[in-house]
Amino acid sequence: MHDKTLSELAAGLASGEFTSRELIQHLLGRIERLDGELNSFITVTSDAALDAADRADAARAAGRAGALTGLPLALKDIFCTQGVKTSAGSRMLDDFVSPYDASVVEKLAAAGSVSLGKTNMDEFAMGSSNENSHYGPVKNPWDLTAVPGGSSGGSAAAVAAGLVPAAMGTDTGGSIRQPAAFCGITGLKPTYGRVSRYGMIAYASSLDQAGPMARTAEDCALLLNAIAGHDLRDSTSVARGVPDYTAELDAPLAGLKIGLPKEYFGEGLDPAVATTVHEAIEVFETLGASVREVSLPHTHYAIPAYYVIAPAEASSNLSRFDGVRFGHRCDDPKDLIDLYERTRSEGFGEEVKRRILIGTHTLSEGFFDAYYKKAQQVRRLIRQDFLDAFEQVDVLMGPASPTPAFDLGAKSDPVSMYLQDIYTIAVNLAGIPGISVPAGFVDGRPVGLQVLGTHFAEERLLNVAHRFQQATDWHLRRPAFAEENA
Amino acid sequence: MQWETVIGLEVHVQLATQSKIFSGASTAFGAEPNTQACAVDLGLPGVLPVLNEAAVAMAVQFGLAIHAEIPEVSIFDRKNYFYPDLPKGYQTSQMYHPIVGPGVVEISLDDGDTKRVRVHHAHLEEDAGKSLHEDFHGMTGVDLNRAGTPLLEIVSEPDMRSAKEAAAYLKAIHSIVTYLGISDGNMAEGSMRCDVNVSVRPQGQEAFGTRAEIKNVNSFRFVERAIAFEVERQIELLEDGGEVIQETRLFDPERDETRSMRTKEQANDYRYFPCPDLLPVVLDRAYVDHLRETLPELPADKRARFQNELGLSAYDASVLSATREMADYFEAVKDACGDAKQAANWVQGELSGALNREGLAIQDSPVSARQLGELIGRVIDDTINGKAAKQVFQALWHGEGENADAVIEAKGLKQVTDTAAIDAMIDRVIADSPAQVAQYRDAEPEKRGKMIGYFVGQVMKASRGTANPQQVNALLKEKLDALC
Repeated sequence: MHDKTLSELAAGLASGEFTSRELIQHLLGRIERLDGELNSFITVTSDAALDAADRADAARAAGRAGALTGLPLALKDIFCTQGVKTSAGSRMLDDFVSPYDASVVEKLAAAGSVSLGKTNMDEFAMGSSNENSHYGPVKNPWDLTAVPGGSSGGSAAAVAAGLVPAAMGTDTGGSIRQPAAFCGITGLKPTYGRVSRYGMIAYASSLDQAGPMARTAEDCALLLNAIAGHDLRDSTSVARGVPDYTAELDAPLAGLKIGLPKEYFGEGLDPAVATTVHEAIEVFETLGASVREVSLPHTHYAIPAYYVIAPAEASSNLSRFDGVRFGHRCDDPKDLIDLYERTRSEGFGEEVKRRILIGTHTLSEGFFDAYYKKAQQVRRLIRQDFLDAFEQVDVLMGPASPTPAFDLGAKSDPVSMYLQDIYTIAVNLAGIPGISVPAGFVDGRPVGLQVLGTHFAEERLLNVAHRFQQATDWHLRRPAFAEENA
Repeated sequence: MQWETVIGLEVHVQLATQSKIFSGASTAFGAEPNTQACAVDLGLPGVLPVLNEAAVAMAVQFGLAIHAEIPEVSIFDRKNYFYPDLPKGYQTSQMYHPIVGPGVVEISLDDGDTKRVRVHHAHLEEDAGKSLHEDFHGMTGVDLNRAGTPLLEIVSEPDMRSAKEAAAYLKAIHSIVTYLGISDGNMAEGSMRCDVNVSVRPQGQEAFGTRAEIKNVNSFRFVERAIAFEVERQIELLEDGGEVIQETRLFDPERDETRSMRTKEQANDYRYFPCPDLLPVVLDRAYVDHLRETLPELPADKRARFQNELGLSAYDASVLSATREMADYFEAVKDACGDAKQAANWVQGELSGALNREGLAIQDSPVSARQLGELIGRVIDDTINGKAAKQVFQALWHGEGENADAVIEAKGLKQVTDTAAIDAMIDRVIADSPAQVAQYRDAEPEKRGKMIGYFVGQVMKASRGTANPQQVNALLKEKLDALC
């Protein structure tokens, strides 16, 4: 059961092959047995999951089953979940039980899905390896000495290891696509504004976006159907109709114009990854697509611009963690300043503190114009690069990450870690959607192909990814770790 | 040396919306602590603000009322600082692109003159909560009911030159916002607070002196007193060869002084940047035009109309237009009696006196505008005289009778205009006052005019105040002169 995709599981539930309770029990057992090693979950909500499974089975018996009824999934621990600890991977929120549900959580529950729990992540979504978690690093199911990527590392690893068929992630600079690539699964970052951010603990508000992580593009489409749409509680969510994202999955790719940004194939790209990606692109040519080189000339400014804008927003977003109303509070503060200083020093990890400091600095009087304002100008140029490219081609393709998953502990220097996101970060700055699909392996570690489209081109991206998965079997490979001997 | 005072005001007006500026929680005053703070007001992880359209409409109405530019686009910024009653660690405000651009407020001064005070801009922002230091030993309580209440901060140019002008400006703002109904203007409950920027400079000097900002002054009287103290402090300092330092000060009404809170060096760097959770506010012309068309008549227009169309004096027009309630009451009285001057006299005289004695607001007057208007009507049509009218007013005030006519009937106050009846009363008074008649007869004719008062008084007394005084006067003179 744990090898099946969401749509296969849906068929199994519909035909009565198994019940939701049986399915959930099976997966809870796997989590119990495998996750001690993997560390992909922070909280497993077994009782609530079994209750929800029973309700789903009852609904199905009563003929009220929807697209996701009884289907299991997991939520990155950044989505506020009523009555459940929601930590954002931080000591700061180790004791925080959310009194409300995030919009995404609400919608997934309303669609009948069953959450098994909350997945591990880099603290406040800041990181590219899941090593910045208060709850310890997550291991990559393909190689337990490798990182799963980040920040949605727990979600990616849980899906890859067959603990859940799908999970929700968030992507601020690549946090869905890069771990999806590292763990050999499919991850979609929708257009900024496509999915409500209400109840998603904010890292960088103008960049954060929730999206699905699953085995296939088809499953991502099913999940996007459930979570996309305007939300009156999020002013930045876009009032635009939600198509059925599964409708165009099989559309033929003949005539598709693919652009390869030359900046995505240059220095810093692992040659073996380059070869793998080129081979994947050849598959599209056999499907009738044409390929040409394009340029995104401001690509090399993306990381510096991101590391001004994201920390600036983060420094402000994380001010609410002050020990006054919720979350960690230091023992016996002697006065207000002591309360703030010790609470925040103890509650936040190193990377979070680093970004708060960077952000506080770049917003300071005398530096604002040179950093924040300039970065926003750069951001507009980067967005324009993409818009210009999409005048010439339908989609852009390239690697999701310059290397396959690296070893745990390999990147101790923050800047070398930041450079991991070179191919994903500009996408968030531009607000466009991107998807990472499994495209092969290098030394036993998965490689992801990234496909980018213009704003609200999710249907197209899912179609392109789905046709690729019809023609290849990379997404069907399972790590040895997932094969239980028991 | 002669010193000139320069004053600018930042007035924070709490807008009378039902719910908060970025959440659905109620804004009602006086609830139990933290019962009117929802997840958004508490700044819980993951929550997002949604702008309250009513607050936008109110801000625009204010802008239109002061003839300000209304920019098409305004933008919310975050003002970052830590404080326990500021849940998110930042206040959402408008730093660079406020909703209301430059405008003008006309103030009226005691000498009847008016002066124009320029408004630099007005912006929307959220209020913080309240820190409660008294009730908790060695700890501070935080009440977030007020957190997220919409405020319109109105920033003036440094155009005021005295404490009186500052108070007049504050009153003018108060009057505009209450006329518009966008605030209850209740200063005691904190619905209007102001920060006062004060500096002094030698008379004739163009450059401004260094200013001090006095925070959170919350009454008209305190504004005047705080400025008076601060001006004196600054002048003394300068005359002793010292220097005013730029700082934030606090007014202590109990000691009647201002005290230093923090200097410029200690000032926060608020790290303003555009709030990424809120879209820019874009106002289309039709929306602004619609608000313009539905604006009520404003104090300045009303004052001008009272003066020009109703023929009231500048003073009367100003007093009667000071609040919307006052103006509405006055106009209802005027409509009921048909005489603006009489209505003005009664509202400012008998009615205001009675209200002041009992500490009532005009909207709580036991005598309705219609009752008062009808009463005045009975004076105008000679049914009663002025003295009786005051009796009728008192009766109405105490709820004795539904209207003037009922009281007049019940108390028999109808004026006697029957010549024969008056004749008879006069004859009796003359017959009963031989000594006074003799004095009158012996007096020089030019002194007799004053002496007639005694006889008028006796006749009025005899009539229990109901005789028509003019008639009594004329008939008496005739009869007494006939005796001479």
